[in-house]
Amino acid sequence: MRIQTTEDTIAAISTSLAPSGIGIVRMSGPEAFALADRIYKGVKGKKLSAQKANTVHYGWIVRDGRVLDEVLCILLRAPHSYTGEDTVEIDCHGGILAVGRVLDACLAAGARIAEPGEFTKRAFLNGRIDMSQAEAVMDIISAKSEYALESSLSQLSGSLKEKIEKIREALLFELAYIESALDDPEHYDLTGYSERISGVIRRQKEEIEGLIQSFERGKFIQEGIKTVILGRPNAGKSSLLNALTGKQRAIVTDIPGTTRDVIEENLQLQGLALRILDTAGIRRADNEVERIGVDLAKSQISDADLILYVCDGTKLPDENDREILELIKGKKGIILINKTDLEDCVYARAYGENTAFPVLEISAKTEEGLEKLKNTIVEMFFEGKISFNEEVVITSARHRDVLLRARESLDLVEESIEAGMPEDFLSIDIYGALDALSEITGGSLSEDLVDEIFSKFCTGK
Amino acid sequence: MRHIEETVDVAVIGAGHAGCEAALACARLGFTTLLFTVSTDNVAFMPCNPNIGGTSKGHLVREIDALGGEMGKNIDKTFIQSRMLNVSKGPAVHSLRAQADKSEYSRSMRRVLENTDNLLLRQAEVSEIIVEDGVCTGVKTTSGAVYHTKAVILCTGVYLNACCIYGDVRNYTGPNGMMAANHLTDSLVKNGIEILRFKTGTPARVDRRSIDFSKMEEQKGDNPVVPFSFSSDPEKMNIEQVSCWLTYTNEKTHEIIRENIDRSPLYSGAIKGTGPRYCPSIEDKVMKFPDKERHQVFIEPEGLYTNEMYLSGMSSSLPEDVQYAMYRTVPGLENVHIVKNAYAIEYDCINPIQLDASLEFRNIKGLFSAGQANGSSGYEEAAAQGLIAGINAAMKLSGRKPLILQRSEAYIGVLIDDLLTKETKEPYRMMTSRAEYRLLLRQDNADLRLRKYGYEAGLVSEEEYARTKEKERQIEEEIKRLSSTFVGSSERVNLLLKEYGTAPLSGGCSLAELVKRPELSYAVLAPIDENRPALRADVAEQVNIQLKYEGYIRRQERQVEQAKKLESKRIPEDLDYDEVGSLRLEARQKLKLFRPANIGQASRIQGVSPADISVLTVFLTGRKRKEK
Repeated sequence: MRIQTTEDTIAAISTSLAPSGIGIVRMSGPEAFALADRIYKGVKGKKLSAQKANTVHYGWIVRDGRVLDEVLCILLRAPHSYTGEDTVEIDCHGGILAVGRVLDACLAAGARIAEPGEFTKRAFLNGRIDMSQAEAVMDIISAKSEYALESSLSQLSGSLKEKIEKIREALLFELAYIESALDDPEHYDLTGYSERISGVIRRQKEEIEGLIQSFERGKFIQEGIKTVILGRPNAGKSSLLNALTGKQRAIVTDIPGTTRDVIEENLQLQGLALRILDTAGIRRADNEVERIGVDLAKSQISDADLILYVCDGTKLPDENDREILELIKGKKGIILINKTDLEDCVYARAYGENTAFPVLEISAKTEEGLEKLKNTIVEMFFEGKISFNEEVVITSARHRDVLLRARESLDLVEESIEAGMPEDFLSIDIYGALDALSEITGGSLSEDLVDEIFSKFCTGK
Repeated sequence: MRHIEETVDVAVIGAGHAGCEAALACARLGFTTLLFTVSTDNVAFMPCNPNIGGTSKGHLVREIDALGGEMGKNIDKTFIQSRMLNVSKGPAVHSLRAQADKSEYSRSMRRVLENTDNLLLRQAEVSEIIVEDGVCTGVKTTSGAVYHTKAVILCTGVYLNACCIYGDVRNYTGPNGMMAANHLTDSLVKNGIEILRFKTGTPARVDRRSIDFSKMEEQKGDNPVVPFSFSSDPEKMNIEQVSCWLTYTNEKTHEIIRENIDRSPLYSGAIKGTGPRYCPSIEDKVMKFPDKERHQVFIEPEGLYTNEMYLSGMSSSLPEDVQYAMYRTVPGLENVHIVKNAYAIEYDCINPIQLDASLEFRNIKGLFSAGQANGSSGYEEAAAQGLIAGINAAMKLSGRKPLILQRSEAYIGVLIDDLLTKETKEPYRMMTSRAEYRLLLRQDNADLRLRKYGYEAGLVSEEEYARTKEKERQIEEEIKRLSSTFVGSSERVNLLLKEYGTAPLSGGCSLAELVKRPELSYAVLAPIDENRPALRADVAEQVNIQLKYEGYIRRQERQVEQAKKLESKRIPEDLDYDEVGSLRLEARQKLKLFRPANIGQASRIQGVSPADISVLTVFLTGRKRKEK
């Protein structure tokens, strides 16, 4: 477990990630100026660390010789900053990608990603926040951590989590093997082991490398607002997706239950990135394939930023509708009464009763009401009704940071193997790599190790 | 009825490995000490394996010795074979293990106890602790005698409500038929102490004459032997050693076990106590690792005085007839004669989270607890705690600060910290993997790490401490000399480098740099190091290790620096965690339960997240400012 210390220089994005004009990345801590020097290129090569406090500097953020963004840097010297520490604020261009890249550059220069609420905590510890506010500071830390944990877990669903757990599993096994042999040398022999371990380390390093690359390509960052289309079978969800994106992506038929996988599309709305997922209609599924589709749809709801609930205006709400409305309670969403092109579309009011969601009437077929829908979404976003999951970028940076540290530890393992060091030296850095990965996967490494030793190896007297 | 009534400074309950160290420490520090035992003929008794040390346990013995304890000296006097384990691995995991003559070990310790001023042995069963207003003021024995004390140290080992079991036989005794202590638990419970029920076991002892050693692999001792104690003269260690023997179980053995598993009290539910995963019975091994074709059996002599041999690796609680059948499937044991059956033993111990790091009960002042009574397993773990509890009882009586070793200073620190911050679900055994800074906690440098604490406490003599300081000085000086002594690319130098298969020099290089090369060492560079002073072997060893592994050692030292900052942030004893808003429920419950002494300890409790630590830090800072 890595416990925060105030000697590190921390960095974080301090603006919301709404597609606004500028985004701000803040670095705070004893090395803030020195680290900024590493990534900032000013006019006539001026060094930030040599400048006066409370000044603004125009320049570029550069990484590996490549210009990432045109920025303004604001220098605040301790104790006259929010945190009471040396602080550099980098005002860059807004948008997830640009801000994310600048943050990455700070991290690559040696800053550590701030833990949730850490800026506030430092401000408090340095006496910049009144002690009467200790309670509030603690609330911020715990609320933000909770949120970060949740979004971290939600992002971890799927392949990333699986991959990281596999890496951890492989390394934990090797560590347990070495430790068993060290503890019970007359029982477990390490002769010739260094050849096996170098193979394992190489493979796991490649896995980690692959994940880091995918972060760098932005695969996990460019997510946008996760919008999930829900509704009873044949309410017209797929038609809506096609209408919104202008593509014939989803198969549209009159047969209920045609969409069984989750179909994903991206949509730009006035600069807003929407990631739209069309799901199988939710109803008590009769057949196995359909049931899987329904389960998938339900699983998408938990981490959705916005839900579009499509209703068939020609039919009265039934128990399936009630079930869905129950599922999405407390989420941000819009109820869409579809099929206004049909004469018997008369039940809009019945759907609108007893719900806090805005209700819009549309026709996915004739595209009537679609403009209104798009405007509503944009408005909701800018009024802050949809809080886009900005932790996506933060957690991505955090995950990447963890993977980088794990890789570094494995580099050290390889160095030790190369130098012909005994196995107990290898285990030091394998432990280090696992310790880093544990920040993502959770679990107590020291306990897990002892458990692994006793469950996999028959050791002891 | 008239009762004896006496007053002493310290009463130690139990004269096993913990009790002996505890009593010796108190007596040597000037306090009158009464050491209770159920049998003075069996002090420092080894009811299980006939050896001292082994991986990580050897480290503990070294540390006990550096602090001024007795275990290392006693085994050096009574060993019959000694080996340094893991010599092909790094110095941090080298571990000394010595076979003991069990009887001699006990007798030798008895001699030391009986000849220590202020220390009296007393054969009696303590049945009660006397507690007044949260302070322990004495003990009472089954005969009604009352002893008024300033401190009491529980070292009850596996004797509280002990029960030995094999098959459907249950003997309500301590190990090896010794008397159990059947009253004290009630008194502890009455005083609010939480009790756990643990279990451990031991294999059969067999007659040497019934073993066919020709079917086994012989394992001899080292030559020369490295002593455990920093005070023992290495020259005097070269005795004639006895051998141990290695053999294996096979499919037939496993078949017998599987066929009779329903007769095992472990599997029938007759044993309820939790056993250590580290010392599984052979039936456990066979059932849990069905794919393993064979398990190792290590045959160790119980001493020179007896023909009894210990069958390490085959502890069991199976019925007598099954024991016979299974042992006799093992090559070399076909005609084996059992002298003592294998058995499991159940006993009461305390939940160690009731103690603070000085091993005193948080809620009963003046009452200390050490050893297996604290839920640990092993002689060495017991002795280590006994020594610390003894020192700290003495510190308390002299109004001095307790000796609390950090995880970064000693395996003993790791051991006690683990007992205090982890849920003890099974008897706790020391393992090298539990020490996160093990590169620093080597068995070879225990004196450099800990002598000063033993000296400050008063258990290490002026002379012994001066020797350690002189050693330290010589190491430092020699490292400095090597770092500033340069050799060039002369023919003589490059010839030597070639001889050891390492790249020749093209320019100047310090000797210190050359030591770091994997192919080289301090010793082999002697021919090209003209001004090398004559140094003792242990000094040369330190110079070599400290230079060779410098990079790794520095790295761990930096981590220790970080950790120390957390350890130095104390948490007030009276902190009401309900007042700390924003703590997650799980964290709050755990913190209330474990009551960590500082932020570092809090961070090691499972279920307390980094965010909880942040919240706690903010709370404590706020509180401190308010107080100002």
